[in-house]
Amino acid sequence: MKVRQVIMGVACAGLVATAIYASKAQAADDIYVPLFTYRTGPYANSGIPIANGMHDYLTMLNERDGGIGGVKLNVEECETGYDTKKGVECWESVKSKNPTVVNPFSTGITLQLIPKASVDKIPILSMAYGLSAAAVGKDFPWVFNPPATYWDGLSMIIKYIGEKEGGLAKLKGKTIGYIFLDAGYGREPIPLLEQLAKDYGFNVKLYPVAGKEMQDQSSQWLSVRRDRPNWMVMWGWGAMNPTAVKRASENGYPMDHFIGVWWSGSDDDARGGGKAAKGYLALNFSGLGSNYPAIQDIKKYVVDKGKSQVEKDKFADTFYNRGVYNTVLVAEAIRNAQKLTGKKVVVGEDVRRGLETLHITEARWKELGFPGFAGPLTGISCADHSGHQGAYMQQWDGDKWVKVSNLIEPMKDKVEPLLQDAAKEYVDKATGWPKRTEACDKAM
Amino acid sequence: MDILYSIFIDPFVQMAQAPDLFVQTLWDGLVGGMLYALIALGFVLIFKASGVFNFAQGIMVVFAALTLVGLHDAGVPAFLALLITIAVMFALAFTVERVVLRPLVNQPDIILFMATFGITYFLIGFGEYVFGGDPKVMPVEDFGLEKGAYNIKMLGGLVSLQKLDIVAVIVASAMVAGLGVFFSKTRIGRALRAVADSHSAALSVGISLEQIWVIVWFAAGLVALVTGIFWGARSDVSFALEVIALKALPVLILGGFTSIPGAIAGGLIIGVGEKLAEFYWGPLVGGGTDAWFAYVIALVFLLFRPQGLFGEKIIERI
Amino acid sequence: MFYREAGQFKTSYASDQAIFPILQDRIGIAVILVAAFSLPLYANDFILNAVMIPFLIFALASIGLNLLTGYTGQLSLGTGAFMGVGAYACYKLTSIWPDVNIIVWVICSGFFAAGVGAIFGLPSLRIKGFYLAIATLAAQFFLEWCFIRIAWLYNYNISGAIEVPQRTVLGVIVTGPRATSETRYIVVLAIVVAMTWIASNLMHGRIGRTWMAVRDMDIAAELMGIRLLPTKLMAFAVSSFYCGVAGALMVFLWYGGAEPAVFNINQSFTILFMIIIGGLGSLLGAYLGAALIYILPIVLRFVPEWLGIPIHAATVEHITFMIVGVLIVFFLIVEPAGLARLWSIGKQKLRVWPFPY
Repeated sequence: MKVRQVIMGVACAGLVATAIYASKAQAADDIYVPLFTYRTGPYANSGIPIANGMHDYLTMLNERDGGIGGVKLNVEECETGYDTKKGVECWESVKSKNPTVVNPFSTGITLQLIPKASVDKIPILSMAYGLSAAAVGKDFPWVFNPPATYWDGLSMIIKYIGEKEGGLAKLKGKTIGYIFLDAGYGREPIPLLEQLAKDYGFNVKLYPVAGKEMQDQSSQWLSVRRDRPNWMVMWGWGAMNPTAVKRASENGYPMDHFIGVWWSGSDDDARGGGKAAKGYLALNFSGLGSNYPAIQDIKKYVVDKGKSQVEKDKFADTFYNRGVYNTVLVAEAIRNAQKLTGKKVVVGEDVRRGLETLHITEARWKELGFPGFAGPLTGISCADHSGHQGAYMQQWDGDKWVKVSNLIEPMKDKVEPLLQDAAKEYVDKATGWPKRTEACDKAM
Repeated sequence: MDILYSIFIDPFVQMAQAPDLFVQTLWDGLVGGMLYALIALGFVLIFKASGVFNFAQGIMVVFAALTLVGLHDAGVPAFLALLITIAVMFALAFTVERVVLRPLVNQPDIILFMATFGITYFLIGFGEYVFGGDPKVMPVEDFGLEKGAYNIKMLGGLVSLQKLDIVAVIVASAMVAGLGVFFSKTRIGRALRAVADSHSAALSVGISLEQIWVIVWFAAGLVALVTGIFWGARSDVSFALEVIALKALPVLILGGFTSIPGAIAGGLIIGVGEKLAEFYWGPLVGGGTDAWFAYVIALVFLLFRPQGLFGEKIIERI
Repeated sequence: MFYREAGQFKTSYASDQAIFPILQDRIGIAVILVAAFSLPLYANDFILNAVMIPFLIFALASIGLNLLTGYTGQLSLGTGAFMGVGAYACYKLTSIWPDVNIIVWVICSGFFAAGVGAIFGLPSLRIKGFYLAIATLAAQFFLEWCFIRIAWLYNYNISGAIEVPQRTVLGVIVTGPRATSETRYIVVLAIVVAMTWIASNLMHGRIGRTWMAVRDMDIAAELMGIRLLPTKLMAFAVSSFYCGVAGALMVFLWYGGAEPAVFNINQSFTILFMIIIGGLGSLLGAYLGAALIYILPIVLRFVPEWLGIPIHAATVEHITFMIVGVLIVFFLIVEPAGLARLWSIGKQKLRVWPFPY
């Protein structure tokens, strides 16, 4: 009985303590950058390298430059496990600490947070994921999805296919298979895919993969064998990717006709397939390898000093660099915000303005220590929160990814009307959606 | 009419037109079914001997595979790693018996079921803490298994049999046969069946319940290890594998909770059934039916035979 | 001493049938209710949004499952999906008739869940125990698939998710991003308290007693003249009604939007944990279980930070998993009948304290 009472007592005390803790105000002499990460759960294989990349770049800025503009960054991870419930919980727990920006790194969590962003005055940076329609800055002043939306990504892939076939006109009569994670994420590109199919006269075959079945996929690939699509496009995530690559090679699908979106192109995704996965293609918009001064700085200041969780052989792999890319945007937005407001310690409202004026030219990438790391990011404006920047195609050579194309520009003319429609529809359905009141800053 | 045609006629036309694909579907279903059966086997072993519905079987699969691959990645030779993993599974069985089962003797089924959830949670946290959440590649070559496929020309097409799948089917069958012999011929096996019939009667003739439980949990651990190796080779070894354990549940329903042959038969029916359904009828509803088809087969089946295919008929008395 | 019913006489049938026959209980409940309703006055957003609202919603869903599993003895793993039915029903209702009071729709959505629940409850006539549990998994996975596939359910949104529109009740914004956490908390609290009260009455009445008879032995119950078909289906329907309302509340007053993945199998398992840990067949148990399973991990997450130990977020998560696992086993060993039982033992102690003999 004693033990039980003690246990109950401890539990109650714990509750009270949390209450007190959570209500304690946060000291505000540093810039608070929460990172929503997932190093656990079924999607951890994609989440871990990204978390490491984000964490290490910001830590490097702290170690090398003493933060941004002389103010230390307070980097804190909140583990979501790719679970919406925990994501929302993370949002509630960081929101009282003056966060600068939130990177949910999950389409599901992003969708939940979008309506909260404008109310709580915290900008959301959903880098090339989340709600495509959020690129419309007029309706979504607090949400940013640079450098490109899923629809941009799909149009780039179709363009690439067209190029390989000898012109978009040659797509007529061809069949393109689309294998996707059966969730909002995988379903979003379908309207554009169907429209492009109509415009260019190709056929579309859909192969949904339920989250629960992502480690099996044998029926889907068997159907692929039956339908013999000329090209396969994949919108996969987590454990779905390596399995799909394996099944494709087992079923003898020509790997160089199999293209993944940028979230299906990590080293782990292809490594499982090994040599047999050679030829597999994926979009990418961040640099490959560690051959950049800033990445070397991360190694010098963070990894070699044991301040990172990254395993040595996974340093600077594709998704690690993707994480770095994400935080470069965050850092630039904070810098912009400091310039715009003249404040040193910036908060969400300032960083929203910083994100809206985000402008990273080739020269600026070089200045940051990333020459040629990524294409210029110059398209963001108050009206366009995505920028519709291009991405390049990378190919797995059996051991590592290699860049095989120049930047492919999205078909902006096809994507833009869809975006506008989707945004309008979203706003119409969400009665009482706030009108944009935020002023627009001049780009810097 | 079109709908009726596409439901009742078109799939069979397809089967006849492309018999090679039909054979391939059957083969894929067979392999998948055999692997489901393996997981179900782990459930059956424990349920038979202790009446515990062991939800932790899924995580045991992941844990065994992770231990194996984790040790191998740390530079331990493959077969030594295998031995150590077996030892770890034994330690796990022993701990579970000591810490969880023994204090919970004679509790209602649902409490024991819940306790295995506790084990699941613990193993998820522990496994991720020790081995990390990133996926690992199963080093099949180091275990003397070959990758690649036999491509057989038949029926005017090509049927491709993965070498790994063939090994999986053989090993799974051997395992089932071995366990069958173990249960019917050895002393421990008979003791185990006695325990399954009645705990108190078994105790009264001098059978040690504790010992039996350690043995079945260990056996289930070994089954989990084998399952982990083959599922790990099919995709990667990661925590996402845990969900495949759910696939074993309809297999259990079909086969009955206490029957080893039932687990196999159930596995094959589910495996082949869901592949055929997804391949031939799935496109009618937009695909992805394999997420629920197995459960619906099981549900329909239950309406006619509530105790499963090979389960013992329950006679209820007041 | 503190908890003595001596001197409290029941002088009428009404007082004998009261839910809380003892004065101390009534005082206790009154204090808790007052404290609960006045919580917004002194709690911050985090406590309301991330602790109390989810806790109440989970408690409601646990009550729902408890009606079925704890009181009627039918093990179900379809809770998540039934919550989903409620959520999608509420979403459709409010998008078709936006002018109707949203709280009415939240309650109405329970009826849709009840209907679906009754359909999937049909096998319970032939199947029992774990077999039934797995049969309800069919409901879980099939409904989950429907939430993804039937685009009509989410109004053909491209994202495949539902977004909660803003709705006002008597001029106060109740749902949508601009609803304050205080408003949402009070609404959730009121609904949960009212439904708990109804459930409690249901359990003390004829229906509850027939359910318990079926739980204890269905064949015996049948011999006594209880018709199994209506009884079991009723249990499924009422249970799903509660789950459906909980699901609608979850999406409309907590998340503000939902993907189908929210209603996955893990949701069902979580709620099952809650009732087993809390105590099968106890309404109090539903609350205690929800508190332990939902709030404990949140507390654990804060502990290292609070003690000033620098541990990585992921490590905290791993350790949390381990501790929750150990605690589940621990509580089961200490008190297999659940936390509610601990409370009743405690009550007994209080009654005789300080002279136990």
